[in-house]
This record gives sequence, structure tokens and C-alpha cells, in this order.
Amino acid sequence: MRLRRLTQAAAFAFLTLAMAAVLLALGTILYYILARGAGAISWEFLTSFPRRGMTAGGIFPAIVGTFYLAVGTLIFSLPLGICAAIYLVEYAPQGRAVRLIRMAVNNLAGVPSIVFGLFGLAFFVRLLGLGVSILSGSLTLAFLVLPTIIRASEEALRAVPQEFREGALALGATRWQMIRRVVLPAGLPGVLTGAILALGRAAGETAPIIFTAAVFSARLPNSPLSPVMALPYHLFVMATESIFYEETRPIQYGTAIVLLGLVLALDLVAILVRARLRRGRRW
Amino acid sequence: MIRQAWRERSIRGLFFLAAATSIIILLLIMLFLFGEGLPLFRAYGLWDFLAGQFWAPTAEPPRFGLLPLLLGSLWVTFGALLLAVPLGLGAAIYIAELAPAGLRELLKALVEVLAAIPSVVYGFFALVIIVPWVKASFHLPIGKTALSASLVLGVMALPTIVSLAEDALTGVPRGFREAALALGATKWQTIWRVTVPAALSGISTAVILGAGRAIGETMTVLMVSGMAPIIPHSFLQPVRPLTATIAAEVGEAVWGSPHYHALFALGIVLFLLSLGINLLAEWLTSRYRGVKV
Amino acid sequence: MPKEMLEPVIVVEDLDFYYGKEQALRGVSLSIPRNKVTAIIGPSGCGKSTFLKTLNRLHELIPGARVKGRVLFNGRDILSREVDPVELRRRIGMVFQKPNPFPKSVFENVAFGLRVNGDVSNLKEKVEQALRRAALWDEVKDKLQRSAFDLSGGQQQRLCIARALAVEPEVLLMDEPCSALDPIATAKIEDLILELKEDYTVIIVTHNMQQAARVSDYTAVFLTGGVMVEFAETKKIFENPANKMVEDYITGKFG
Repeated sequence: MRLRRLTQAAAFAFLTLAMAAVLLALGTILYYILARGAGAISWEFLTSFPRRGMTAGGIFPAIVGTFYLAVGTLIFSLPLGICAAIYLVEYAPQGRAVRLIRMAVNNLAGVPSIVFGLFGLAFFVRLLGLGVSILSGSLTLAFLVLPTIIRASEEALRAVPQEFREGALALGATRWQMIRRVVLPAGLPGVLTGAILALGRAAGETAPIIFTAAVFSARLPNSPLSPVMALPYHLFVMATESIFYEETRPIQYGTAIVLLGLVLALDLVAILVRARLRRGRRW
Repeated sequence: MIRQAWRERSIRGLFFLAAATSIIILLLIMLFLFGEGLPLFRAYGLWDFLAGQFWAPTAEPPRFGLLPLLLGSLWVTFGALLLAVPLGLGAAIYIAELAPAGLRELLKALVEVLAAIPSVVYGFFALVIIVPWVKASFHLPIGKTALSASLVLGVMALPTIVSLAEDALTGVPRGFREAALALGATKWQTIWRVTVPAALSGISTAVILGAGRAIGETMTVLMVSGMAPIIPHSFLQPVRPLTATIAAEVGEAVWGSPHYHALFALGIVLFLLSLGINLLAEWLTSRYRGVKV
Repeated sequence: MPKEMLEPVIVVEDLDFYYGKEQALRGVSLSIPRNKVTAIIGPSGCGKSTFLKTLNRLHELIPGARVKGRVLFNGRDILSREVDPVELRRRIGMVFQKPNPFPKSVFENVAFGLRVNGDVSNLKEKVEQALRRAALWDEVKDKLQRSAFDLSGGQQQRLCIARALAVEPEVLLMDEPCSALDPIATAKIEDLILELKEDYTVIIVTHNMQQAARVSDYTAVFLTGGVMVEFAETKKIFENPANKMVEDYITGKFG
């Protein structure tokens, strides 16, 4: 009996320590970046252009570029993802085609982001001749986040109670009418959560845009075919390839904070929306 | 009515097309990887690629040996798992079984934050904090080593492992727990002998997908692994993983050159690795779903 | 209280139970006689399952659950902090509404309680004995290594009974053990309960009044709000209840 107690105490101590270590890792990362970078953040940093060969000034063009890329990604991936989810939830008879689609979605989610980058380079940049541009980058990222959107939308649609559907069909609605008037409105907030998560993911990814969209230095883009600066790529280049990487540390920390803040804020919104949904659901 | 039926059918067709896009994308990716990667073997032996021990794309003649890069990837992934598996599973069990109900959602949200941090930020953190620390702690000339990469990859694999394993544990029917406790098992015995075995397929899937996350990660390893294309023997050496090699070299490779094709060939290897990992995970999940639990 | 008081094995005194702010049991007091079958009946939501769970402290798994009062088991208050719930549950076994075998073999299911208690000598004999007592041995002796899920629902429930008996408890709690079973499987379990009282005290929660009448010696009636309104010999409860509300319930006027 005592031995069992001791084993349990030791095991629980390990579990608690493991949890603490995970939190510690998160805390350390956030603390260092916030503590060292806070000083670099100013209104000017956010709204002005880089000066003196990137060693001074702000990161405004990178913010703009990341914004365009993320929005472009959503424009391509959201309609596609929602429609795919609708098919899987509302139409799909359990069969070979659906199994294959599901397998493709799962595998797509596991494909390394650099492979998307290679693909984007070969397909969008070269073959379609879109060049290194917002368009190429957005399309590449759209493919990357598609599984995220499909899964979140699927989950949202599945959470819509079956009675809603039966109710609509019993009133003589066609399947499409039922989807458009009953299922989609009820599932919309959940779908939005997925979209927000995808937005954060698109804003934070670096590897897929290195060859398809991002450049180290650019003016503000004037068309979807312009290359852009982007926050993650800017941070990467400044931290590793710039000659003055030691002198520009404050800019790097500042960029890291802005990127982190942007992505985490999006994530927080998604988490809050979802938590509210789960709590406020009346069905 | 006939018009309506026709309309319904075409709407359905559109949705099917959207759903099938995933398959098309996957096929397109394969097509382009193979289309740009296979031409390498017109001029360069397949065996020399697969078993080659040297990666020297700018040497004369160039050498495109996969082994140092592949082993570099596997090495840092292995190191990451050494860290992430015990910590991740421990934390998952803590959240699922020990955490007070009020704390559970908060802990899960914090783990999600870990998943949301962009990889370039992890890389940056590793570069300015972990690399100098490794350098000083082990008295190395340079801190960019497999160890540095493994440490940060381990943290990056944690959220995958914690969330999926926690899901699997929470999914174990409450009846199992009640029955074990009612038989006089301690809480730990219940966890270890009933809950964990019942969730084992989900837990294995979590570990495998965590490995997939680590092996496919690009930016962090590009920034802190040291990028030396040598077959790894120790964690204190620099290594050059597959992903980082592609990211570092595509910009310099001349389009259509053997080097360019070789980088796509690396992409094929990476793609097949991730495909294998996902199929394994899927197989595990489906195999155990057959058990009536 | 029954008139001629037998030796009680469990004495419940003034038990209150709260789920958060909701009160599920109000001032329940009763004495469970040793080596008898005591049935607990009442409409759904009357707190009868909750009551059962406090007897082996399984209610502690429910977040926000609180109890007040005393539950004396062989004279000791099991709700007190000094009592180890793990030790307690070894002596008060439980069978649940739905059969819940572990995803292990038939043998390992029965051996589980013995293993976790470090009691692994003569494992085979003990498992066989438990299966025999649960009237399952003849049906499973050739498939001990098969998955427990290969058994029928009724067999699974008897397996769960065998699993509980293997650790040799004094008391067996049964929470609507037949609610998921067909009539034939139910009849087998009921026969088994009648045999078990030779060696054990059985407390069975059921919503099925006929079942209570068939298997139990004593019956406690709980009514909505978590109040125990009458406790007496089963015969008396069904033929001549003292309480008007119990009479209404028994004759089907509410509940």
C-alpha cells in the first residue's frame, strides 16, 4: 500500500514537472522577446520605412506586405475550404471518394512548408509566369492553409444539430436551401474561427514565401504582381544574412514582437470566439 | 421541379470539385516535385544520390549525396523527440487527468499559444538565446549545433504531442476509469494500466505527428543547426537538415541546372517522408478504431 | 427503519449531497443490513445513483460535488479524510449501469483488481473462482484470452461482476446493472444476485420496481428532491407502504 502511494507520488511529481516545463518554455520565449524588444516598438517603428540600408527606421513595408499576403491567402483558401467542408459534411456519402479526399486533406496538412515553397516556385512563379509576387505567395500559402480551413469548417458544420437539417427538409427545402439558410448561418462563427487561425498561420509562415513572394527590400506594392517585404522574412534576413546583424538586434526584436503580437492576437480572437461559441450555444 | 433538381445536382457537383481540390493539389505537388526533381538522374546516378555521403553542389564535379542531409534531419528530429515525448506526454496526462477542472482549458489554450508562435520567431529566439547558451555550456567554438536545433524543435513539437495525446486520453470512456477506481486501483494505477493503454493508438499518433512536425520544420533549423553537410555523430556538431538545405540553396541554384533539380529531388524525399508519416498515423488511428471501445 | 434491526454493515446518517449549488440528497439516513440485498428505487433524478456513489466515494470524481453527514462502514466514517478511498473501494465493489469491461482479455479484466492490489499469487485460481461465482465460467473458460468485447452484453456485465468479486469485497454496489440488458440476460443477473447474498451485502439501484421486488430483502424509496421517504422490508414496501407518496409511486401515480 505504501509502495503504491510512493509510486503515485513520484509519477504525479513527474507529470507536474512536465507540465511546468512546457509552461516554462512558453514563458521563457515570450519573456525574452518581449523584454528585449519592447524598447524598439514605437509608432514610428510601425509606420515608417527602413532607412540607412535597413539599419535604422521602421518596418512599415513589411507589415503591409504581410497584410496583403495574409488577406490574399484567405481570398483563395476560404471559399474553397468552406465548399470542401460543405461537401464532406452535407453531401458526402461514405465512400471511396470521400475517404480519398480525407486522406488528401490529412496528408496535405503534413507536407512540410518548404515543399509548398518549392511547388509554388515551380508552378506559380515559373510555369504560370506570375513571378515573385503577392499573387504567387498568396496562392502558395492558400494551398498550405487549406487543410486548416477545411477541418475547422467541418467541425463547425458538424456541430450544427441534425434537427435543424431535418426541420428544414421537412418544410420542403431542397438540400442547398437547407445548407444556405440553416446550416451555414448556424455554423458560421465556427468557420470564422478557422479562417482567423489560417490568417495567423499565413502571416507567420516564412519558408513558402522565400521563393515565391518575399524580397528583402521593396517599395510598397502597387499590384498583385509586385514582390513584397514580409515580417517573417524580414526577421529571418535581418537576424542571419544581414552584415550588421549584431547592430540591428533591436530592429530584429521589434520585428519579432510585431509578428508575434499579430499572430497571437489573431489566435486569441479565435480562441475567444470559440470559447464564446461553446458557452453561448443554446443547442 | 426538373429545373430545381438539375440545379441541386450542379451545386452538388461544384462542392464536390472544391472538396476534390485537395487531391488535385496533392497530385500537382507530386507532379512538380517529380517533374523538376527526376531530371537530376539523367546526369547523376540515383544510387550516388541515395547513398552519397557528400553534399557539395558547387564543387567540380558537383556531388549531390543525400545521406548527410537526410541523417541530419533524422538526427535533429530524434533529439527533439527525446525532449518532446516525455515532456509532452507528461503534460498531456497532467492536463487530462490531474489538472483541476478550472485550469484545464487555460492550460490547453497556453499549449495552443506554443503552436501559434511562428517558426521564424522560434528560430530567432534560438539564435539569440539557445545558441549562445549551448556554446557557453559546452565550451564549443560555435553554438549552432544539432543540440540547439533539437532543443527548439522539441519545444515546437510539444503542442502537437500534447494536444493530440490529451484528446486521446480525454476520449477514453469514463466507465473505464470508474471501474478501475471502484476495484481499488489508485489514481496512478488507473492512469497507467487503463487510461494510457486504452488511448495508446492516439498517443502513438501524437508522437508520430510530432515527429512529422519536427522533420518538416525549416526556418529554425536553417537558423541554428550550423548547416554543415556532414554525417552527424554527436549532438554537439553542426548538421544540415534537408529542409534547411532547400531553403538556403534554391536562391543560388541556376534554374534548370543539376543543382536546381537536386534540390527538388530533396523535396521529393521530404515529401515522401511526410507522406509516410501521415499514412502511418492514419493507419494507426483506423486500426484501433476497429476495436469496440 | 425495519422493525427487527439486523446487524448493519453500512449506516448512513443525515447525508446531504450537493452538485455545486444544487442539492441532490437531503438528510438521508438508513442502515444497510449485512448479507441481504437492499434495493434502492425511485423516479429518475431522485438521487439514488448519487447515493450509491457516495458509498464508495466515487462521487469524488464529479467536479463540484460536496457531501455532508456520515457514512459508517463497519463503524468507521468513510467520508472522513483519514479513510483512504482506494482501500475503501477494495472492500466495497461496484457494478455499473452499462457493462464497462476494460479493452483487455477476459482473464486480464478479472485479474485487474488483484494485480493493482499486488495480490498476484494463485492468479489463475482466483480468476476462475471469481468467474464461477459470477456464473460465467462455463461460458468463457475456453476464451479467457479473447477480448472482453467479444462477449455478449449480458456476459460482459457478469464479467464486470466477476471482476468486482475477484478482490473479495464485503459489499457490492450495483447501479442499475440490467438497464442495458435484454430480459434473458437480466434474469441471469437476477439469479446471480440472489446467490451472491450468501457471501456479500448487495445494494442495488434500480428503476424497475418488479426487479426490486424479485431480488431484494429490503427496499429504500427515494423521491424527487433527494429525499429517502421510506425504508422497510421489500414485502412491506410493496404491499403496505406506510407513506402515502410511496404508495402513489408504487402504484404508478407518479414518477
